[in-house]
Amino acid sequence: MTLRQAQGPAALLVRHARIVDPAQGLDEVGDLWLESGQVRGIVLAGRLLGMLPPAGIPTLDAGGLMVAPGFIDLHCHLREPGFEEKETIATGTRAAARGGFTTICAMPNTRPAMDSAATVEFVREKARMDGLVRVLPIGAVTKGQVGEELAEMGELAEAGVVGFSDDGRPVASSRLMRHALEYSRLFGLPVIDHCEDLSLAHGGAMNEGAVSARLGLRGMPAAAEEIVVARDLVLLALTGGRLHIAHVSTRGSVELVRRAKAQGLPVTAEVTPHHLTLTEDWVLGPPEGRGRGLSSVAYDTNAKVNPPLRTQADIEALLEGLRDGTIDAIATDHAPHDLVSKQCEFGEAAFGISGLETALGALLGLVQAGRLDLSLLIAKLTAEPARLLGKPWGTLQVGTAADIVIIDPEAEWVVDPAQFASLGKNTPLAGQRLRGRVVGTLYGGRVIYQVPKIE
Amino acid sequence: MSVSFGLSTKVSPRRHVLDLDDFGPEELDNVLTLADAMAEVLSRPIKRVPTLRGRTVVTLFYEPSTRTRVSFELAAKALSADVVSLAAQTSSAAKGESLANTLRTLQALGADLLVMRHPQAGAPYLAAQEVDMGIINAGDGAHAHPTQALLDIYTIRQHREQIGGLKVVIVGDILHSRVARSNLWGLSALGAQVVLCGPPTMIPTAWNAALNPSEGGCARPWEGAPPVAVEFSLDRALEGADVVMPLRLQRERQEGGLLPSLREYARLYQVNAQRLSRAKPDCLVMHPGPMNEGIEISPEVAHGPHSVVEEQVRHGVAVRMALLYLLLEGQS
Repeated sequence: MTLRQAQGPAALLVRHARIVDPAQGLDEVGDLWLESGQVRGIVLAGRLLGMLPPAGIPTLDAGGLMVAPGFIDLHCHLREPGFEEKETIATGTRAAARGGFTTICAMPNTRPAMDSAATVEFVREKARMDGLVRVLPIGAVTKGQVGEELAEMGELAEAGVVGFSDDGRPVASSRLMRHALEYSRLFGLPVIDHCEDLSLAHGGAMNEGAVSARLGLRGMPAAAEEIVVARDLVLLALTGGRLHIAHVSTRGSVELVRRAKAQGLPVTAEVTPHHLTLTEDWVLGPPEGRGRGLSSVAYDTNAKVNPPLRTQADIEALLEGLRDGTIDAIATDHAPHDLVSKQCEFGEAAFGISGLETALGALLGLVQAGRLDLSLLIAKLTAEPARLLGKPWGTLQVGTAADIVIIDPEAEWVVDPAQFASLGKNTPLAGQRLRGRVVGTLYGGRVIYQVPKIE
Repeated sequence: MSVSFGLSTKVSPRRHVLDLDDFGPEELDNVLTLADAMAEVLSRPIKRVPTLRGRTVVTLFYEPSTRTRVSFELAAKALSADVVSLAAQTSSAAKGESLANTLRTLQALGADLLVMRHPQAGAPYLAAQEVDMGIINAGDGAHAHPTQALLDIYTIRQHREQIGGLKVVIVGDILHSRVARSNLWGLSALGAQVVLCGPPTMIPTAWNAALNPSEGGCARPWEGAPPVAVEFSLDRALEGADVVMPLRLQRERQEGGLLPSLREYARLYQVNAQRLSRAKPDCLVMHPGPMNEGIEISPEVAHGPHSVVEEQVRHGVAVRMALLYLLLEGQS
């Protein structure tokens, strides 16, 4: 199903919903009236926001389930053009819908890279034709993303990119990063850096630490990320512009960003669901398999990701970073891969986790364990990414787009990658039982995903 | 006529030997006792028993090897198994055939057990998921070399009553050494005190207790693991040592920036007679081979009275026979 085919009435009343909208400070039961793709009114106990819904319009009974603004993913790999065996815009946006994401930002490490208006236009057109949710393109920082010459940011900005990134790689040259930050000021768009010192991380396959030492795998030390985060922040102070740190993964990085924000530097940061919930131990396989010696599921390539899964101490720092605002948003870094790229020796396997469809379930685990506030979690997936984009989404405010996710926070389900809409089945959570899932997603007031009635 | 070897029935049968980290002390003892029986077979004029007749052992080596491969071949033949040896560069792996497909092909051809060596850590674990046949890891990247560690332990046992309480010093590029890791797990399980010695660039940061505050100056490689002692000074490490095991230094380490020169490494870390005088008078000198004489070990020590290097090689066949027996016959 594409958006053009999505069924749905022009008007819809979502009844008996627990409406969670951090942008409006809402967490209460009520009804939501949607019409012509927008939120027209919210009926709460004792007060009305917007207009009262007319009688007789089609109704969706949310049965007390949670209703929140559709999630916004700042960092996602759709792989098209060039790597259609890993994902296409069609399958990636279907995966987004299943995960409750109604707006996703597509990283430019396609082939060809999104370093020209032509490729950006291709992606936008494909999204219009085949996509199920809103796709916002991110342009490359450098031509071909090879880190040598600036891409034509002006042309890319005109083509509608929401930022610039060479993600997958850092902008290794400090001189070039400086110029990128300076030049991007013309367009008011952020430079999104994948912070990794390649000389330190070179050849590494996982976090450098106790697990890599045991497994005899070359590690990528936390220092490799922190050095480039520090460099970028120092450059930012020199140049102005906007810097966004992609997928922060270490305690040291959080501290650097915290200090920079305290100094008033225009930096923002994101963190992935997997860095918030999984440690390097997952390379040994899922928890239930870990015994005295290595089980045969050790060296799980589904846990191979860049930046790598780190330690519990890093997770604690990342959570604290979310709570105190150091980290602005949660972004999936959805990185689907074909089987051949993952079913091989650990050192040879591609980096990446297919995360759109497990993001909410994994993150709700943190809420259930009391480590993260529900309202803060939803904000980091909705209002905060919207704020970073400078767009009016990520909220159920009257007059905004009717992009909505319906969540059953109690539903237990087992992660089965074979059921994923994404072509990427590469998740370390395969077979894991999660509590909480997306049961319905609406985009522009139309239902683009709902859980099958009979499970 | 089948020959049976005395096997402890307390130990449950295992499918693979991928590393020593899942061998408890009883199972290690079991293997060593079995190796004694195999050594006896090798001392006969006809070094052969029919125990594994009709079984097929395939060795698949993605890295060069003299002693390990030949040792496994001789072990299999001594037990009357059929052996086929594959060097990856002359197999279809050179045409890009995946490890998984190579193994499935060998299994389909009737291999009962696979001995594999691979440059990537974890390859045997991938193999164990892909095929049903038993797998012996003959070395996977920097991760494990369980049969080497077993023959090292067996060799020490020929000279010392107990492994427990011995000070065993492993010297060299610990970071990249599968021999160091497997010996660490095996020797610690039997109660030896293992000291890892080398330049800081070649010791995993996670095992450097100074960087990771933990108990008594030792780091624990993982929860519940025996503590690892790290010492940068060879002189200090060798004080009162019962066993010293220099590791082969790969020349590429200098190119990788881990060392300024082989010359400096030899000056600081070569196991030579002068340094060895700090160890116990009956200290054993071992080496997994092949040796770079003049770099990690002096020629006089390599061939001197402390050296048991040739014994190690001899014992390798007996130990590997024990493992082949365990995996192919020990199931009943």
